[in-house]
Amino acid sequence: MHECKCKRSLAGFSSVLFVVLSLVKVFLSQSPEAACLSAEDISPSSNGPRDDDPDDLFAGVDGGSVSGQSRPQSGRVRPLAGPDEEENRDTFDIQISVSDPEKVGDGMNAYMVYKVTTKTSLSIFSRDEVCVKRRFSDFLGLYSKLASKYMHMGYIVPPAPEKSIVGMTKVKVGKEDLSSVEFVEKRRSALERYLLRTVKHPALLKDPDVLQFLESSELPRAVSTQALSGAGILRMVNKAADAVNKMTIKMNESDAWFEEKQQQFENLDVQLRKLHASVESLVCHRKELSVNTASFAKSAAMLGNSEDHTALSRALSQLAEVEEKIDQLHQDQSYADFYLISELLGDYVRLITAVKGVFDQRMKAWAKWQDAQVMLQRKREAEAKLQYANKPDKLQQATDEIREWEGKVQQGERDFEQISKNIRREVGRFEKDRVKDFRVVIIKYLESLVHTQQQLIKYWEAFLPEAKAIA
Amino acid sequence: NMTSISEDSDKEKMRSVSVDLNNDASLVIDIPDALCERDKVKFTVHTKTTLSSFQKPEFSVPRQHEDFIWLHDTIVETEEYAGFIIPPAPPKPDFEGPREKMHKLGEGESSMTKEEYAKMKQELEAEYLAVFKKTVQVHEVFLQRLSSHPMFRKDRNFQIFLEYDQDLSVRRKNAKEMFGGFFKNMVKSADEVLISGVKEVDEFFEQEKNFLLDYSIKIKDATAKAEKMTRSHKNVADDYNHISGALNNTAADNNTAFKKHLEKCAEVFEKLRKVEDRMASDQELKLTELLRYYTRDIQAAKDLLYRRARALADYENSNKALDKARLKGKDVAQAEENQKQCLQKFDKLSESGKKELTSFKARRVVAFRKNLIEMTELEIKHAKNSVSLLQGSIEILKSN
Repeated sequence: MHECKCKRSLAGFSSVLFVVLSLVKVFLSQSPEAACLSAEDISPSSNGPRDDDPDDLFAGVDGGSVSGQSRPQSGRVRPLAGPDEEENRDTFDIQISVSDPEKVGDGMNAYMVYKVTTKTSLSIFSRDEVCVKRRFSDFLGLYSKLASKYMHMGYIVPPAPEKSIVGMTKVKVGKEDLSSVEFVEKRRSALERYLLRTVKHPALLKDPDVLQFLESSELPRAVSTQALSGAGILRMVNKAADAVNKMTIKMNESDAWFEEKQQQFENLDVQLRKLHASVESLVCHRKELSVNTASFAKSAAMLGNSEDHTALSRALSQLAEVEEKIDQLHQDQSYADFYLISELLGDYVRLITAVKGVFDQRMKAWAKWQDAQVMLQRKREAEAKLQYANKPDKLQQATDEIREWEGKVQQGERDFEQISKNIRREVGRFEKDRVKDFRVVIIKYLESLVHTQQQLIKYWEAFLPEAKAIA
Repeated sequence: NMTSISEDSDKEKMRSVSVDLNNDASLVIDIPDALCERDKVKFTVHTKTTLSSFQKPEFSVPRQHEDFIWLHDTIVETEEYAGFIIPPAPPKPDFEGPREKMHKLGEGESSMTKEEYAKMKQELEAEYLAVFKKTVQVHEVFLQRLSSHPMFRKDRNFQIFLEYDQDLSVRRKNAKEMFGGFFKNMVKSADEVLISGVKEVDEFFEQEKNFLLDYSIKIKDATAKAEKMTRSHKNVADDYNHISGALNNTAADNNTAFKKHLEKCAEVFEKLRKVEDRMASDQELKLTELLRYYTRDIQAAKDLLYRRARALADYENSNKALDKARLKGKDVAQAEENQKQCLQKFDKLSESGKKELTSFKARRVVAFRKNLIEMTELEIKHAKNSVSLLQGSIEILKSN
């Protein structure tokens, strides 16, 4: 990847970033719209969301009345309003911001601490506004807990941002230059988007670990994250799924929907990566344009100083000033390119990996069910053999084992159907969000381009009389 | 492959690096047409004249780049013109950029979609055409500088260049053998030192010397920086193209409602690319080309200073020789004559040099003014187009 070296004032950088990032936050905080997600979106052959299955997390609990508790229950995940009720909720009233990065400690043991502020009127939270301090590994810890709880059920758990050894080392070593400031800002923004996506998920919002993360002032240090990042966990999951795939009993894909969707996500993965790469290239080239424009501005100023015709000299100096303003415009636009589009695409590339992981989990569930059936068969055969062996103790044991495995087969089937159902719903939600995110972001991005062009017009229109004044 | 351009209303706007040319109806020159055959460009030089020194009132001849260089060099070598700023030779047509791109396009054909390929091919052809137009412009301006100068327009070789309906390559070869570019090379290596070393008594030339030495460095730098800036701008336009292609690819796989949305976005980026490209090319034509041209012209002015400095050195040497001759009492008359001629030459160069440098400044100022105004107006126009294109698209996307 290109390395663009931009020497810009830090003050100018942060003021522009504030504007761009407030745009990003606004769109991520927007509530899922009412309507749209009807039963038809979930494949007709699935069980509807109004299932009375006690294992169904989305079993019809009346919406809105998930209230009253001031402290989240630990352990068990509480039942949640079904998707229809979810749509009837008027506002998704929660705002999260990650801010004020602070360096704690020195040298290689140093780390950044971020302030996480949650503002909400939802009653599952104990207060309207909570501020806590969290470090990066806390976020990773949260993700690993959520992944281990929900992924095997087919929930798409938003991945946490990636670790970056290079980026963090610079910060630890104490380089106060622009690239470490940009790195911290990039990370801060990514952490914020991560949290917003996590709470947007109806099940995760109510999860006690999430609530604890947002509210509790002390958090037990997540120690096992040394090896675990979002991508790390997904890699582990995928490895397990690969092992399962290598088994001889291949899944009988009677459900065309899953096959089709899986293919779609494979394609989407490729397309998004390509799009992301093009946008990254744009970000880089736009930064270069900014740098080169600044460089030209200086050169034009020198030329103006050297010019011995007074009026032309003045005009050239003014041209230099215009170009300097324009280089700042390009710089600002490159931040919009980056934070509005590039980072979003990056997030989606990671999300798609999570989606693929969830499909793999379904395969795992299938395999487990099939294994249980095979085992049951073996136990039955063993019992049949024992019938003629006249060993009443062993026979009893065999019968017990058969019952045990019958239960496991039933459980396996239930789990498989449950995860299939969850995935359908999750995928529906994901696709809806994806379309909405994209629509919103593209408009915001085009608006940022409009703003840039309007500024350009302003600057050039101011320069025109200066050019005409050359006499 | 053969590319040609013909009478173009754009050309009027393009011929602006040097203004006030072709004003005299007695000798009007232009290059209405050019052919590109593989690597060689064939310019059609068209002359309209009322001067009796020419055989016909209107005629055209085919000329190659090397013919222009020959003409430039013979003028540079002509002693009588030492006191004039010789219009800089046009640079060699450089199709390296587009050619390299065409090569890359050929190699990458298999990895691109048909639409992407067609699009890239289209912009490549546009780039080719842009280089082509630029080279025609700069060759044309060279001739027009000559025709609008009271002395150069009467030059015998210039007339031959315009009129001679046979191939000039034989003449070119002879000229090379005669001069071998001797004088030209001498100038290049020694000018800075000699010019700075002159003990100047004339205030005008002292100022000009300081100005030209400093300005030539600054304008060369500004040209390089402008080139880099334009290249970055073109890269951004390229990226818009790739983004548009990637969006179209994503659209292909999506369900209908979103598919249309994505296709619309792809279209927006495609249009943005076109505008960005135009912005970049116009900036190049008005700003970068202007700076490039005057870098060369400043060099031509420095060459004049150099020749004058040489004449001064010759005069000083002739003084020394006269003193020596008087001391020895030998060949005094000859030495006196030599000294008189050196002084005459130096005075002539100073007089015409002053006139040339003064009109050079006026010319430069007018050209900068015209180009800066035109560039600014074009930038505003393109930005306004961008805004209306973007706002229109935002409306459509919002309503979907």
